[in-house]
Amino acid sequence: MMMETKKIKLPHGIPDYNLTEIEREIPTNEPPAWPVNNELKVVGKRINRTGALAQVTGTATFTADVLLSGMLYGKMLRAEFPHAKITSIDPSAAENYPGVFAVHIFDNMIEGANPKDTEQHDYPEVKYAGQPILGVAAISDEVAEEALQLVKVGYEYKDFVVDLDEARKEGSPVVFTTDVDQEASDGGEEIEEGLKSQGNVRGPSEGSFYGGPRGDLEKGFTEADIIIERTYRTQVQTHVPMETHGVVVDYNKGDVTVYASTQSTKGVRNDFADHFGLQKSKVRVIADFTGGGFGAKHGLGNFGVMAGHLSKKSGRPVKLMLDRKEEHISAGNRPNSIQYMKLGAIRDGTLSALSLVSYGTAGVGLGAGVGHIAQAMYECPNFKMQQYDVFTNAGPGAAFRAPGNVQGAFALEQIIDELAVKLNMDQLRLRDVIDKSTIRKVERQRGAKLFNWSKPEKAGSDEGVIKKGVGVAQAHWPRFINLDSTVEIRVMRDGAVEVRSAVQDIGTGTKTILAQVVAEELGLNVEDITVLIGDTLFPIGPSSGGSIVTGSITPPARNAAYEIKLKLLDIAAGRLETETENIITKDGFFIMKDNPDKKLHFKDVLSRMRTEQITATASRSDDYGGFLNGTWLGYGELGSVQFAEVTVDTETGFIKVDRVVAAHSCGRPLNMAQIESQVNGGIIQGVAYALYENRVMDKETGHQMNANIDFYKMPYSFEIPEIEIEMIEDYGARTSTDATGIGEPANIATAAAIANAVYNAIGIRIYDLPITPARVLAALNKVKKNNDE
Amino acid sequence: MKEKKSNPRQTGSFSRRGFLKGAGITAAGTVIASSGVLSLHGQAPDTNKTLGPDTITISMKVNGKMRKLSIEPRTTLADALRIKLQLTGTKVGCDRGSCSACTVWIDDLPTLSCMTLAVEVGNREVTTIEGIAKNGKLHPVQEAFIEHDASQCGFCTPGMIMSTAHLLDENSNPTLDDIKSATRGNFCRCGTHPKVFVATLDAAGKM
Repeated sequence: MMMETKKIKLPHGIPDYNLTEIEREIPTNEPPAWPVNNELKVVGKRINRTGALAQVTGTATFTADVLLSGMLYGKMLRAEFPHAKITSIDPSAAENYPGVFAVHIFDNMIEGANPKDTEQHDYPEVKYAGQPILGVAAISDEVAEEALQLVKVGYEYKDFVVDLDEARKEGSPVVFTTDVDQEASDGGEEIEEGLKSQGNVRGPSEGSFYGGPRGDLEKGFTEADIIIERTYRTQVQTHVPMETHGVVVDYNKGDVTVYASTQSTKGVRNDFADHFGLQKSKVRVIADFTGGGFGAKHGLGNFGVMAGHLSKKSGRPVKLMLDRKEEHISAGNRPNSIQYMKLGAIRDGTLSALSLVSYGTAGVGLGAGVGHIAQAMYECPNFKMQQYDVFTNAGPGAAFRAPGNVQGAFALEQIIDELAVKLNMDQLRLRDVIDKSTIRKVERQRGAKLFNWSKPEKAGSDEGVIKKGVGVAQAHWPRFINLDSTVEIRVMRDGAVEVRSAVQDIGTGTKTILAQVVAEELGLNVEDITVLIGDTLFPIGPSSGGSIVTGSITPPARNAAYEIKLKLLDIAAGRLETETENIITKDGFFIMKDNPDKKLHFKDVLSRMRTEQITATASRSDDYGGFLNGTWLGYGELGSVQFAEVTVDTETGFIKVDRVVAAHSCGRPLNMAQIESQVNGGIIQGVAYALYENRVMDKETGHQMNANIDFYKMPYSFEIPEIEIEMIEDYGARTSTDATGIGEPANIATAAAIANAVYNAIGIRIYDLPITPARVLAALNKVKKNNDE
Repeated sequence: MKEKKSNPRQTGSFSRRGFLKGAGITAAGTVIASSGVLSLHGQAPDTNKTLGPDTITISMKVNGKMRKLSIEPRTTLADALRIKLQLTGTKVGCDRGSCSACTVWIDDLPTLSCMTLAVEVGNREVTTIEGIAKNGKLHPVQEAFIEHDASQCGFCTPGMIMSTAHLLDENSNPTLDDIKSATRGNFCRCGTHPKVFVATLDAAGKM
């Protein structure tokens, strides 16, 4: 069936730069174009966060807060050795311990990579220290913990490896003896299927959804006037959401309710249904408030499987929240990387060749690729990347805010900075030559103005011990879309307006923007809208990953509201005795265009409905003008440019990030306050990645040395830089809201901008993250380099 | 690579429960007294009596109301509030005193409830995030957090507010550094700090 379409004009481009209108063919049942933000009343404004009142008064219910009648507490026994075969498990003493209601032993692991061998084992093989083995459900956390101490496990220990360099060596202990695969999560990481492993090294992956290699590298390097060849290293970073992973499962005779701290209600629902052989409609997943995710909370997880079995066996609800140590060692991390990068350029700055060979370890998982930003951001006719995953005996990695791009930007944006220095060119001027993105061009201009950027002084030229430096770096993130984004809107005779979707809000502000979009369409205030989300009883919603939610869920929200509006216009037209075309909605009224004194209050119109309730449901339609790839990759991009100013104490090596200016775009911005919050968060996580965070594994025992918040260094109040944000409206005319998310791009460029600023301050470039005082002093030849770091 | 044959589990571990079971509340009381908190307030529990491991009944004044609760002596104040009194606004982020999400006031002194045993409270008064709005009116810091979008996921928010509201109750004209100092123990992964600072400064003007 051909979809009926109509042609409309929509805003296109960047205000005060190249804003114009463009005609697109859109489905007939979709609303007319919104004008640019300054002509709207609710959208694009600073609107208080929906749920903030509950958050500040302590009444917001997170999964960690769920208390059900008869609820038990689950805990898991975790392997204390990083690589072993389990020969026996005797849980009898735990089963008989007073207060214990159920014990369950895992028969397989659902996190990380899956070996292809089909050989049956009694128990899963232990592949990292902290891998769960069994769980108990008891009347309290403490009793569960005590019961775990009584379980006897027999191990046959094997050699292990936790270090990326060691794992690559011939003769290293091998983590997986057969080829493995892993399904990517909704977090935006890329995993190429079917690649072979040699020892612990899997790959190479030479392409991405942007395609494969381009041109002829050798020719490109022959043509180059300047060649720069460097090795960059980034560390393993753990997600550390404030609320750990966890669930409460109420397995009530096959009608299961799962409260989950998750960024994907549908992901948890699907995993649970798969694992327990249930129809999806038998599993209800609820995530009212989720205490952060950052990419690691997309699925059910081993802990969720365990809680399911314990609840099923005990017949009672079971809460299983990871503790902080379990969170660090088993619940995901950003893989580390070694990136061998070689850049060739012509004297005018044009890039002639770029090659990248990268290795990274996601422990027992896949997803350590970093090359996609190098492939996508700059014009370079000759490009090749070879990305390798390396297995180690450590907890599985997970998507982490702009997976791959954060690591990749650290290398790419430093090598481009180095090229600018070698060419004696302003870093922004060089990017004007090599970067064809319009949005980043405008971001460079406006960001530079706000930052007061001028071509930096010669690196290290500050006199004295304390040196200042400035740096800039750019980011690219694709416009991902998920068509599994559906919104139901209900209006009721008493004036209630409800928005329902399974999509969750993990601190990203999704509840607020749904209320804004619907309020704008109906001419109401956000306070008039009740947003009920985070529940799989409602229509399916996208996972909160890859900056996908805003661009996927707000168009159907607006479209459903528009359908409701058309029905209400009919009622109003009847009452006002005019045509529907002669009525506008504004400030809670239906007003006659040609006689504005004649109007009806919204509630008045609702009270005239023939039925108690009117419902409209809309699903995400295709992008206007189609997709770049499939139905999931849109045209356009989320570009950003960040500027950093640092102070380096050359006697102590101490670095303080004084100021960050961030120029960003996310299509049509929906809520400036929440966008600022997201960008602040991305930058602060970027500062942490640049200077502090580092998962330290002990090579002798295979355990993480700093699996807590005290020794896993992160920024607190005194480490927070001054942040200024330049938000640029970038209309793409792709959907009825034309909005996109901003979680990922906020986090990509920061570490590279800081590294470039550190170089500018001290005159020596640091290629390894995190840039600790020890590394600064080693770079300045003030202390001996510590090879173990 | 050295082969590890020994089982690390055999080296033994030391849990809060095990310590209290072995030592009884007398020893715990001694440890706590040496930290100065109890001696400062003169509220040491009856050290002649050995408590536990069975549950005991204590009274505790929380948010202005006297509550009786049945707890094990090892129960932390955080768990007593969250599980026994169902005041789940107080969050536990690390359970070892390094994130401050569990901050409550004990007699107006910001205290980490995950590092405090419920039995330590004695007859001092506990105030939680649920208790700082007075007569249905939010504390100015709560208002300002909403106004300035100082929360994202909201999990650190109660602790942030207990720290900043205490600051303003003591000092209605703080500098930015005072605010940073008051929240220096509050960990936030979403990066709300800049807005926490702005909100607190703004609330100070409305105290």
